[in-house]
Amino acid sequence: MNEPLTPGELNARAVDAPVAGRFVLLWILMPLAVLAAAIWWLIAANPLAAFDNGAPPVENLTVERTILDQSGLRLLVRAGGSEQMVIAQVQVDAAYWEFSQEPAGPIERGDTAWVNLPFPWIVGEAHRVTFVTSTGATFEHPIPVAVPTPVVTSGNLMSQAVIGAFVGILPVAVGLMFFPALRGAGPATMNFLLAMTIGLLGFLLVDALVESLELAAQSAAIFQGPVMVALAAAASFLLLMGVSRREGRPAGLALATYIALGIGLHNFGEGLAIGAAFAAGAAGLGTFLVMGFTLHNITEGIGIAAPILKVRPPLWTFAGLALLAGGPAVIGMWIGSLAYAPQWSALALAVGAGAILQVVIEVGLYLIRSSGRGSSALFSPPVLAGLAVGVGFMYATAMLVKI
Amino acid sequence: MITVGEVDNERNGFDPTAMLTDWDTGILSTLPDGRRLRTFEVTAEDKEIEIAPGVMFPAWTFNGRVPGPALRAMEGERLRIVFRNYGSHPHSMHFHGIHAARMDGIPGAGLIGPGEEFVYEFDAKPFGCHLYHCHALPLARHIHKGMYGLFVVDPDPALHPDLADAARSRLLGSPENAEWQEMAMVMNAFDTNFDGENEFYACNTIAHCYAKKPIRIVRNRPVRIYLVNITEFDPINSFHLHANFFDYYDQGTTLTPTLKTVDLIMQCQAQRGILEFSFGDSQDHEAGLYMFHAHQSEFTELGWMGMFDVVEAVS
Repeated sequence: MNEPLTPGELNARAVDAPVAGRFVLLWILMPLAVLAAAIWWLIAANPLAAFDNGAPPVENLTVERTILDQSGLRLLVRAGGSEQMVIAQVQVDAAYWEFSQEPAGPIERGDTAWVNLPFPWIVGEAHRVTFVTSTGATFEHPIPVAVPTPVVTSGNLMSQAVIGAFVGILPVAVGLMFFPALRGAGPATMNFLLAMTIGLLGFLLVDALVESLELAAQSAAIFQGPVMVALAAAASFLLLMGVSRREGRPAGLALATYIALGIGLHNFGEGLAIGAAFAAGAAGLGTFLVMGFTLHNITEGIGIAAPILKVRPPLWTFAGLALLAGGPAVIGMWIGSLAYAPQWSALALAVGAGAILQVVIEVGLYLIRSSGRGSSALFSPPVLAGLAVGVGFMYATAMLVKI
Repeated sequence: MITVGEVDNERNGFDPTAMLTDWDTGILSTLPDGRRLRTFEVTAEDKEIEIAPGVMFPAWTFNGRVPGPALRAMEGERLRIVFRNYGSHPHSMHFHGIHAARMDGIPGAGLIGPGEEFVYEFDAKPFGCHLYHCHALPLARHIHKGMYGLFVVDPDPALHPDLADAARSRLLGSPENAEWQEMAMVMNAFDTNFDGENEFYACNTIAHCYAKKPIRIVRNRPVRIYLVNITEFDPINSFHLHANFFDYYDQGTTLTPTLKTVDLIMQCQAQRGILEFSFGDSQDHEAGLYMFHAHQSEFTELGWMGMFDVVEAVS
């Protein structure tokens, strides 16, 4: 095996190298040529003709955005059939209505178009739009509560920012303010707090995944909702694991930052959904609801503070952590109310779920390490109590905001 | 409001405006015993038709049109309908009239398979405004796919001496009848997504056709409408005339109105009748557009609405 090569053999290899390179190129081109030939044959010989049983093409239409304004209804539709499709007529509340389409004509598979209807919609009442395609298939789109779609004004953006800050940034900041009080915590309290963090993150993980799948179900089939959710969550998990492990296991401020990032991504997804719900008039924003969200998110601040109790971070890092965890709620609400499609909310929540899974694992490992008792630490009374309190508090406060 | 765009009548092979007055009177001959024999030829065909702008419907048709040909004969004539099935399913012609069991157009009596032929033969009676439709099973599907048409039997004035004038005015081809502006109207509907509810309603198949192209009426000549309701899935349909009233002859089997001075009538499926009214005479309407429609708002807004364009006679 390891015999030295003779000069002749070396020469032969040197001559072979460019030939081998050409062969590699050939071996790359060969399979591609076979593929091209197969596609050409499929088109030329049309063996699929035998499967043509006279059935009409499968059609699918998803409404991604609904805008209600002075001029009537505007709907962004995405075609997702087996072929291009034509919207022939449009009903509103079981009456054919004048409409225009931009761009006009057949909509290619995967493409979108705006459908504009000069319909005199009524504030606070429900309407139902029905699209009739050239094959006579119908696609319904309910408007549960008709309210004018918010337009981009500085006033609107500001009031949304205030609400976003109230439900996102304020509770995290309040939670972080427990920091001085918690600094003197003994090992048992420390383990309790870390376990509580894992509990609340576990709740958010389940919540984000379920909500993400719900939104994915509303999106056009072409996006393959559930697969997209699973892949996006796995990708964000692996990416964050890879990044965080470049400098060893994260602890202290680094771990707190990852927790804040995971919570921030989750809040971004939530913000998108809330913003879209308000834009669609599907949710009323009561004081009670806002207070519920605020209370719900307070533990997030405590969770972020837990890993940095033993270090002395500068004050500005607290502001940074609060903004990282809560700020995305504001951005999410802006985007959600102005430009929204369910697949983007699903994607954001799935990315958030992956990020949360990463911190759940890291906080768990940190807990095991810092307790110095190995994995048996996970089953100590303070830890189990912390997990229960974390999950229980999140579940109970979520009751305030679920409608 | 209204459907958007225009239907390609040429591709369909029938025009709803032409269909109003396009009576199929068959071929007249004399039997050895001296009686008049009227022979119609009808074929069943599968055909994709455009029932509203841009919306195609895989119809089953009589003579390639929906509704099928408006057959018209005179009371007492011998009728011979040569029916050929060029469609993909078994079909029949079931006439609302008086005939033998063998001629009823139901399974076992004149229901024929694809490629077959059957001749229905019976006397034209009673006079009135009738219909025919396919009676193959499943019935609802065969009817709503488009297999129906008007079957009008004009009264023979000689048989109704007391009301000979009224009978003559109903008899196609008589000078008295020529004064009238007669129209064939079939109230129908289409369930394009096959969910048991209609997406489109119409008078003579094409949603909103007479709203986009109003029916021209000369003001001082009387109007007579032969109206039948063949709408599937909905229990009733109706006809409402704006700004005017009409006399109504339920099933058309009388020469005096069964309802006088009404502006709305209701019909269940296969119910039919004759409407008579005028925009001239004592009414003395001004010229202009007069709407007519089903007075089920839903039907109206889903296509069953039209206009009469009442104009002064051109002398």
